Amino acid sequence: MDYVLIIISAVLVNNIVLAQFLGICPFLGVSNKVSTALGMSGAVLFVIVLSTIVTYLLNQYVLLAYDLAYLRTISFIFVIAALVQMVEIILKKISPALYEALGVFLPLITTNCAVLGLALLAVGMENASLLKAVLFSASNALGFGLAITLFAGIREQIHFTDIPQGMQGAPISLITAGLLSMAFMGFAGLV
Amino acid sequence: MNQFKNFTKGLIKENPVFVLLLGMCPVLGVTSSAINGMGMGLATAFVLVMSNMAIALIKNVIPDKVRIPAFVVVIASFVTVVEMVMEGFLPDLYNQLGLFIPLIVVNCLILGRAEAFASKNNVISSFFDGLGMGLGFTLGLVVLGATREILGAGTIFNVPFVGEDANTLLLFVLPPGAFIALGYLIAGINQLKKVNN
Repeated sequence: MDYVLIIISAVLVNNIVLAQFLGICPFLGVSNKVSTALGMSGAVLFVIVLSTIVTYLLNQYVLLAYDLAYLRTISFIFVIAALVQMVEIILKKISPALYEALGVFLPLITTNCAVLGLALLAVGMENASLLKAVLFSASNALGFGLAITLFAGIREQIHFTDIPQGMQGAPISLITAGLLSMAFMGFAGLV
Repeated sequence: MNQFKNFTKGLIKENPVFVLLLGMCPVLGVTSSAINGMGMGLATAFVLVMSNMAIALIKNVIPDKVRIPAFVVVIASFVTVVEMVMEGFLPDLYNQLGLFIPLIVVNCLILGRAEAFASKNNVISSFFDGLGMGLGFTLGLVVLGATREILGAGTIFNVPFVGEDANTLLLFVLPPGAFIALGYLIAGINQLKKVNN
């Protein structure tokens, strides 16, 4: 039951993009088409799960064990940057098809604050096991995917509408995101 | 003259928040009040100025291929400094801003200036560029924070200006209000620019 609550809360109630404002850059930048949005969601899910596992272990067995908690930010961003680079190289070698699909998004992910943010949030959870931390970050990544895919779907429609000149581009996207965020507030009573 | 231009371009013409749209996560995440916006903006500005200067100093020593990881480490070091100082001296603000302090590391504004400006210019120019961009970012955060605070809570810098039982637009201090307020502010600025041309 605990696990179900984690999933619902992360995907719908405290959506990482629409309620916590992490990962706004890709949310606004890579959401012109549903297909690219899906590709980005896949890449983010993949990297977030991997980075949570690595940073959780690093935190547990190195930083806490040797009383180095103040190095958390530096070490986490370094691990994430290295991990993304490695994932890129390995994917290219063993699965060119997957690389084709996710490749262009991978370099962008290093500076996606959702990845570092979730790594920090996951180790900050109280007495969380590795399984719980991974479930938490995976469901947040799913929440990211849900938000960006919905948003891309709406933006595809916006293309065909007549928008007042001053509102074109960023303003209308932001207001649309605001309405989407309002819709997600409706889930607030669920958990 | 040239330094003056480096400084002022970040304030208005290339304002990171309203024109370049860089570093949007903290912009939307912490601006539920003007004070929070200012704290976040100044913390970011400090990291930006320091990392710009440090990178301008060591740019010739860093091999081109590993420059991005090197920049990130420089930035992360200054962020850790800010984190510790804030936790020690401004614990209230630190708790309010929470996760967004360590996330200054991945603020694309800072890495963007390192890559686009500091790695090509000298220390003095980089200092002014960082200062201008940092203060421009702070200005954007304060404007957005004040707008949301005025509309949503009926206060400005925590000073109330409406009666206790006044109806304020609570929406603007909630998450959706961040997107909507910023959207209308940018639309207004676009319109102003068009009128001026």
